[in-house]
Amino acid sequence: MAKLNMVQAINLALKEEMQRDKDVIILGEDVGRDGGVFRVTEGLLDVFGAERVIDTPLAESGIVGVSIGMAARGLKPVAEIQFMGFIYPALDQISSHAARLRSRSRGRYTCPLVVRTPYGAGIKAPEHHSESTEALFCHMPGIKVVLPSTPYTAKGLLISAIRDPDPVVFLESARLYRLIKEEVPEGEYTIPLGKARLAQEGKDVTVISWGAMLHRCLQAAAGFSADVIDLMTLNPFDEETIYSSVKKTGRVVIVHEAPKTCGLGAEISASIAEEAMLFLKGPITRVTAYDAVLPLPKLEDYYMPTVERIKKGIEEVLKY
Amino acid sequence: MPEKIIESCSVTRLDILNEKGEADQALMPSLTDDHLRELYEMFILARTFDHRALNLQREGRIGTYAPILGQEASQIGTAYALDKTDWIFPSFRENGVLVARGYPLYMILQYWGGDERGIKVPDHLNIFTISIPVGTHVLHAVGSAMAAKYRGEKTVSMVYFGDGGTSEGDFHEGMNFAGTFKLPVVFICQNNQWAISVPRERQTASKTLAQKAVAYGFEGIQVDGNDILAVYSAAKAAVEKARRGEGPTLIECFTYRMTDHTTADDASRYRTKEQVAAWEAKDPLLRFRLFMEQRGLLTEAFQKEVDAVTKQKVDEAEKMAESAAHADPSDMITYTYASLTPRQTKQMRDF
Repeated sequence: MAKLNMVQAINLALKEEMQRDKDVIILGEDVGRDGGVFRVTEGLLDVFGAERVIDTPLAESGIVGVSIGMAARGLKPVAEIQFMGFIYPALDQISSHAARLRSRSRGRYTCPLVVRTPYGAGIKAPEHHSESTEALFCHMPGIKVVLPSTPYTAKGLLISAIRDPDPVVFLESARLYRLIKEEVPEGEYTIPLGKARLAQEGKDVTVISWGAMLHRCLQAAAGFSADVIDLMTLNPFDEETIYSSVKKTGRVVIVHEAPKTCGLGAEISASIAEEAMLFLKGPITRVTAYDAVLPLPKLEDYYMPTVERIKKGIEEVLKY
Repeated sequence: MPEKIIESCSVTRLDILNEKGEADQALMPSLTDDHLRELYEMFILARTFDHRALNLQREGRIGTYAPILGQEASQIGTAYALDKTDWIFPSFRENGVLVARGYPLYMILQYWGGDERGIKVPDHLNIFTISIPVGTHVLHAVGSAMAAKYRGEKTVSMVYFGDGGTSEGDFHEGMNFAGTFKLPVVFICQNNQWAISVPRERQTASKTLAQKAVAYGFEGIQVDGNDILAVYSAAKAAVEKARRGEGPTLIECFTYRMTDHTTADDASRYRTKEQVAAWEAKDPLLRFRLFMEQRGLLTEAFQKEVDAVTKQKVDEAEKMAESAAHADPSDMITYTYASLTPRQTKQMRDF
């Protein structure tokens, strides 16, 4: 079995799904001849042609809006937005239309669309290239939000996202794209949306994270008896896995690289308080980025949670 | 080196029927007497229905309503140029289009009465859901055309928006995609001169809206939007061109919103009686009626029959809309996703 990084795993998922289903179409800026700025779609133009791997004009709202029209007519577009920091022109299309089409039409029209975009800091990129605003999309009923942390899960989750009958925002950590290699099988396997995974098992504390931060959590949790939950689907997130772990450990640390206020950690924290409060031994702790605009690369290492800060968070909650 | 002209453009305007109901025979589209009678029936139905909806709103029996008065020729003339298999992307002031395509009238009233079951578009109609955020649905029509092209279908997508819509980014992005990929889409801009209180002159410094197409590499044409024959003729040509694979067209229907933006608006705050009166003389029904009379098609018996059938249809729609059982509150959750999330399943217990 081949060892692949996340770029290769996602590329493989796209290729296999396009081979399987003629309705799957890729569109976005530089996705064709260039293979995408991160080379995620490399080689697909040669295999599937310019009708299915479409280099579009530079227009994010246009890419998503056109994809919505295609999806409503039965195609399964996979739209790429080059960086999450450039997705905002398309927010109107995602929120006002993709999210609502099924509901508005009482099921006559649906939107089986995937919007892929790289997110997150840690690649020393210019301003607007390192956003992690997943919580915005989690607050849009009708949208699913998926965010893998490994090459293997990236492939299985993307296949599920493409086959899902509803719109999925699929966030790929730019930092993880080439950081990790692992065995990724060829051929079909899927990982269900809405399910989390236990990346590490323990009994004293539950650490909840996703994407790039998951790996820092694993480093920080080494030496502790901790459940480390890789959330994978951020909306709808896997409440059962979280509650059953919290009921076991009684302690929670939630880690994300987005700012603290109104980040997804707030929702997870409130949910735990509602559903498992009486099992808690101490306060729910959040280790997050600061409530500040994401800095340029010289300071980004100070902005994101570090292994040290996560470790400190775990130690704090273990005092109870 | 001297400067030289490397590109120049011109915009045409099409008029067929003057205010006296006289048609320019050289430009007359090929419409049989039966077609013309059908168009006339649609016109009367659209206007009557619009009037009834307005009254129902005033009586508190439906919610905020966007009237089409004055724009019927632009709407019916364009929709009539399409085949049943073609696709329509309406904005929120398109009841003339919906009527022309046979959309169940009671469902239109249901929708404006605040019941989403009204835009569960019947399966046999290729009409997209009404889109309210101005200009945003232009992209959906372009995507639909892209899907048609990809699948080798011969269907055309037609999208409706107003003069205000041409100021939105999505309009420009949609036009740009359509031109770049030479897509089978027809853009219908109903320039009714007003975007709520803002006049057409404040939307753009361009002399016409039709010329916007030039920048995107395809043809734009202005038609007298109150002349149903000119509107139909331009739309038919654009649809046929799109079907032949020769790309998109922008049609600016030069018309006028005869009444308020919606029932929540008061147009007397921002426009003069004189302006409205001047447009009253250009009423699209007035001249179509004159034309039909002069052609000998508008007999007393035909008019009576049309009036009776129309009244019956509108009465029936009103009755059906008002007698529909109240929507199930859990419906608002049911259609969010293909299946309920675990959290939604719990929330459903409230109903």
